Amino acid sequence: MELHIFGIGILTWMVFLPVLGMLIILMLPGTQHTAIRATAAAVTGIQVVLAGVIFANFDRAMIGINDAASFQFVEKVRWITVEAVPWVGRIEIEYFLGIDGLSVIMILLTALIALIGVISSWSITKMVKGYFMLYLLLVAGMMGVFVSLDFFLFFIFWEFMLLPMYFLIGLWGGPRREYAAIKFFIYTFVGGILMLLTMLALYFSVAYTDAATGETVHTFNLLHMMNPANFVEGGLLAGLDTSWRYAAWMALFINFAIKIPLFPFHTWLPDAHVEAPTPISVILAGVLLKLGTYGLLRINFPIFPDATEYFVIFMAILGMISIIYGALNAMAQTDFKKLIAYSSISHMGIVVLGIASLNTQGMVGGVLQMFNHGIITAVLFLSVGVLYDRTHTRGLYDFGGIANQMPRYTGIAMVGMFAALGLPGLNGFVSELFSFLGAFAAFKWITMISVTGIIFTAGYILWTIQRVYLGTTPDKHKNLQDLTPREYLMFVPLIVLIVLMGVYPAPAIELMNTSLSYLAEFMTGVQP
Amino acid sequence: MLISLSLTILLLPLLAFVFMIFFGKRLPRQGDWLSTTMILAALGLSVAVLIAQIAAPAGQTASASMTWLVIGTQAITLGITIDNIAAIMLVVVTLISSLVHLFSIGYMKDDPRYSRYFAYLGLFSFSMLGIVLTSNILMMYMFWELVGISSYLLIGFWYEKKSASNAANKAFIVNRVGDFGMFLGIMILFFSYASFSFESIFASIDAGMLPFQSEGWLTAAGVLIFCGAVGKSAQFPLQVWLPDAMEGPTPVSALIHAATMVAAGVYLVARVFPLLTADALLIIAYIGAVTALIAATIAVTQYDIKKVLAYSTISQLGYMVLALGVGAYTAGFMHLVTHAAFKAGLFLGSGSVIFAMHHALHKLHDHSTDAQDVRNMGGLKSKMPVTYWTFFIFTLAIAGVPLTSGFLSKDEILAGTLAFSTLEGHWLLPLIAFFVAGLTAFYMFRVLILTFHGKPANPKILDGIKESPWLMTLPLIILAALSLFVFYTFNPIGASSGWFYQSVVRPESVVPFAIAPAAWPVFYEAIHSVHTLVMVLSVLIAGAGIVLALAVYQWKKISADDLARRAGMLYRGASAKWYFDELYDVVFVKGTHVLMRFLSWFDTTIVDGIVNAFATVTSFLARISSWIDENIIDGIVTQTASTADRAGGLLSKVQTGKVQTYLALIVFSFIILFLITQNL
Repeated sequence: MELHIFGIGILTWMVFLPVLGMLIILMLPGTQHTAIRATAAAVTGIQVVLAGVIFANFDRAMIGINDAASFQFVEKVRWITVEAVPWVGRIEIEYFLGIDGLSVIMILLTALIALIGVISSWSITKMVKGYFMLYLLLVAGMMGVFVSLDFFLFFIFWEFMLLPMYFLIGLWGGPRREYAAIKFFIYTFVGGILMLLTMLALYFSVAYTDAATGETVHTFNLLHMMNPANFVEGGLLAGLDTSWRYAAWMALFINFAIKIPLFPFHTWLPDAHVEAPTPISVILAGVLLKLGTYGLLRINFPIFPDATEYFVIFMAILGMISIIYGALNAMAQTDFKKLIAYSSISHMGIVVLGIASLNTQGMVGGVLQMFNHGIITAVLFLSVGVLYDRTHTRGLYDFGGIANQMPRYTGIAMVGMFAALGLPGLNGFVSELFSFLGAFAAFKWITMISVTGIIFTAGYILWTIQRVYLGTTPDKHKNLQDLTPREYLMFVPLIVLIVLMGVYPAPAIELMNTSLSYLAEFMTGVQP
Repeated sequence: MLISLSLTILLLPLLAFVFMIFFGKRLPRQGDWLSTTMILAALGLSVAVLIAQIAAPAGQTASASMTWLVIGTQAITLGITIDNIAAIMLVVVTLISSLVHLFSIGYMKDDPRYSRYFAYLGLFSFSMLGIVLTSNILMMYMFWELVGISSYLLIGFWYEKKSASNAANKAFIVNRVGDFGMFLGIMILFFSYASFSFESIFASIDAGMLPFQSEGWLTAAGVLIFCGAVGKSAQFPLQVWLPDAMEGPTPVSALIHAATMVAAGVYLVARVFPLLTADALLIIAYIGAVTALIAATIAVTQYDIKKVLAYSTISQLGYMVLALGVGAYTAGFMHLVTHAAFKAGLFLGSGSVIFAMHHALHKLHDHSTDAQDVRNMGGLKSKMPVTYWTFFIFTLAIAGVPLTSGFLSKDEILAGTLAFSTLEGHWLLPLIAFFVAGLTAFYMFRVLILTFHGKPANPKILDGIKESPWLMTLPLIILAALSLFVFYTFNPIGASSGWFYQSVVRPESVVPFAIAPAAWPVFYEAIHSVHTLVMVLSVLIAGAGIVLALAVYQWKKISADDLARRAGMLYRGASAKWYFDELYDVVFVKGTHVLMRFLSWFDTTIVDGIVNAFATVTSFLARISSWIDENIIDGIVTQTASTADRAGGLLSKVQTGKVQTYLALIVFSFIILFLITQNL
């Protein structure tokens, strides 16, 4: 499947539309706030439309994963080629984009969340021009990571997200924004270095022979790295189950674990969330965290199936700890936003547990949970934002009785809360169910312990609802305005998806089923 | 045909919910007629389904399923089945729900969230009907949770009150503990049999497949699934949420926390009955017996009319669970149905009383007197005849007096329990069952007498009491009629010949013979031999309880305080609800709080501390290297620069600007160069 618009591939459009939008904004005068916002909304809106086109045209039966021929919407151009380097042969870096069942759902998520984020950003009034330029750059980076099939390109986009995020938190954030921004930056950067090292090690270990010229070609092509036959003899990462391969796996894993974030690499997240403005929190929890688990599935798993199998139990344990530890920490928070930040750790732990199962149910559950958590957590952060805009506080003990003040808002926020709690009929349930079912087949006891997380989750969610929405309103928060049309606009699509995907998740599962079944088979050699 | 009818029944309340949530407030009368009409329609259809199902040849069921999603190559299906117990439950749920709708039109009249209330009732009815109809354990779990959330919403309906929202949280979280077990059970079954459908799970077990090739795991799976029932049906040790749930509006207590939702646990056990091993059933029986005993003893000591009824509900649910545990499947299920009618009646009756008390107190501008405390009532009989006489019938039924429905079902339970003991031992079970029968008769007559008989506690209140409007008394009359034996069998002293017993047949166990409960023919034989004895005993025991209650509270021959003093610790323990709340508060609530505070401290101090320590160390190193840089590295650079500078200064002296000096220097240089080249 290929799709071109004006001769340019649709994935390139997806990635570079925001950059185009950024250039347009660059040319607009900084005082034209409406024009700037409208440009951002138009660009992300078109992205959503294109995502819809991709969704409609995506072939559910094609595999992808490690097979270049069954990737879809592929664009492949030699980008940087250095001929005849002594000892090494030809150096090749490709502009290689393509999607399969694993990435397509992430692209849909990114496009949607980016648009919702723009709507939510309407209330940003400080340095509007700079804000939206950085915002669009961030969107481009995220999109780029999800479509890259060349490690070098992946890495570029990965690092590309870092700076806009740093500035968005550091300039538009709360009182401790600089600390949070630097913490985020350094943490991610350290991970990035580990990834860079592994990438280079892989690059020098992997080569293929060009059929036309007979040259040995080193490449950053991820799909080549997944083929054991391409590892040069004596290369650092050649062979199976070597210490170097374990080390490389671990280096990549730490990088991705920081992003997820997995215990004990998670402490940047609460700080970043508390300080970040609402739309940035939405992007951060809605999309950015998923890059971590996506990276594991796209890179760690198929390139190092041996090391993955060796380490899955370790992953599952970290997932279990994150689920319970995150939930209990969430319960202890007094800041609404921090509570949701910790709940993200808990819910992303379910993703890790699910994918660690290496079976189809667990992986489908995990990837679906990535999508669902993106939607749910967006609703939750937007809910906090709505309250914060009106009351300028996030303390859980400062509220009460919001249900009587803002009934419609409360209804919407409660749907989000119930989805986070895993209520059947809402999307969170389906993905948690299959993550746990898959994990149970692989790790009986770890999963049984992890499931206690559903009790703690019910605890902190209901306690939060009680403290914020129920009870009576303190005098200082009387006469709060219920949702504005713009706020409806950002909530309604998400709520509709929460209900729709809870009742009928089949369309989402169909998108990824083929690819993930294949990945499970590829990892374990077991036919599904 | 039955399928599409059933789906319509299922979807009507859902439709009502959606309509009422979005448009309820804008409709005339806030849409109460819409909700009520829809549930009444569902009732009509349910009756039709029941008649069709009972008339059909024995054992015939209708079912339908659809693929919900496909994961890997495995299709996950959702489906419904209409068999006899499902058809009976359809009528029970829609009937009680309809009556509660009618009653609520009067009871909730001036509530600010009137339409929301009906919306929630719709959501509840939908979820409950889902539990009834499902043929699939996953779907059961889904509706199970939905029932939980509607119960949460209705318990906390008056959420301005802290006690109401606390009770709602408690109900949901305690239920989640049970559901955690149920979820584990489902995982074991799905892992072992790759299906959620009851039918195919039973078929696999029948074919000899065991989870992890172990009989112990099959027992575990059964007990874990039963954990869900322990939560929903408020069985020991998770019974603590139900009394608090009385914070919800009283009609809700009647519908959800007495008649239907709490019976869902019993229904679940009935559904999975074929896969329960003898060990699992024994555990279930003991849990039921312990629950019945604990709750009955507490009920004796309570003064809040709704609390007494709540504990009596727990106790009666214990009976049902006990019945299923000993294998008296039909008796347990029948008690579920008869209990639904008379307990809903008792709650609605108490609602009628509370409603009248509220109005009376309101007239007196009295806001301190508790409208639910029986000590503030007394003598209401004369003012509320309909409420009184219906309440009287319900009390007879729950006490197990002949000619009532309760007599029939309780009698069968007692017979089943005794028969079980003749086969298997465990004499504690029938002992408890009979003792609790006596207690039940005692505490129910106690409440009846304290509320309606005797002298009023405050004549002024009594003056303000008046009978509730017909919308509220009509449901009471209907339920009172349904508490008579004729609706279940035409033989007033034995249920076994009636249509109910003929249509609800215990399903055959599918577990391996060695770990299966006693086969039905054997068990039936044992029941038959003890039946007459049980009937006589149960009437005597119930009579004793009633006489004792009359002696203490009506004729005042025996002082209640004196009795309480004699019982000493037992009385204090029972009136303190055996300290379960206190225990759980210390162990679980406080325990979780301590744990979460510790982990939060651990997170900010240790985990983040390490991260920040890295930063501190790095910045310290940076400062050292900056010092080295400034003083040593840069010192050398500076030194070099200043040397160069000085050299430059020295050389600059040469540049005098005088042409003759330059000329002299050039010549001099040439001479030197010449000499050098010469020498080379």
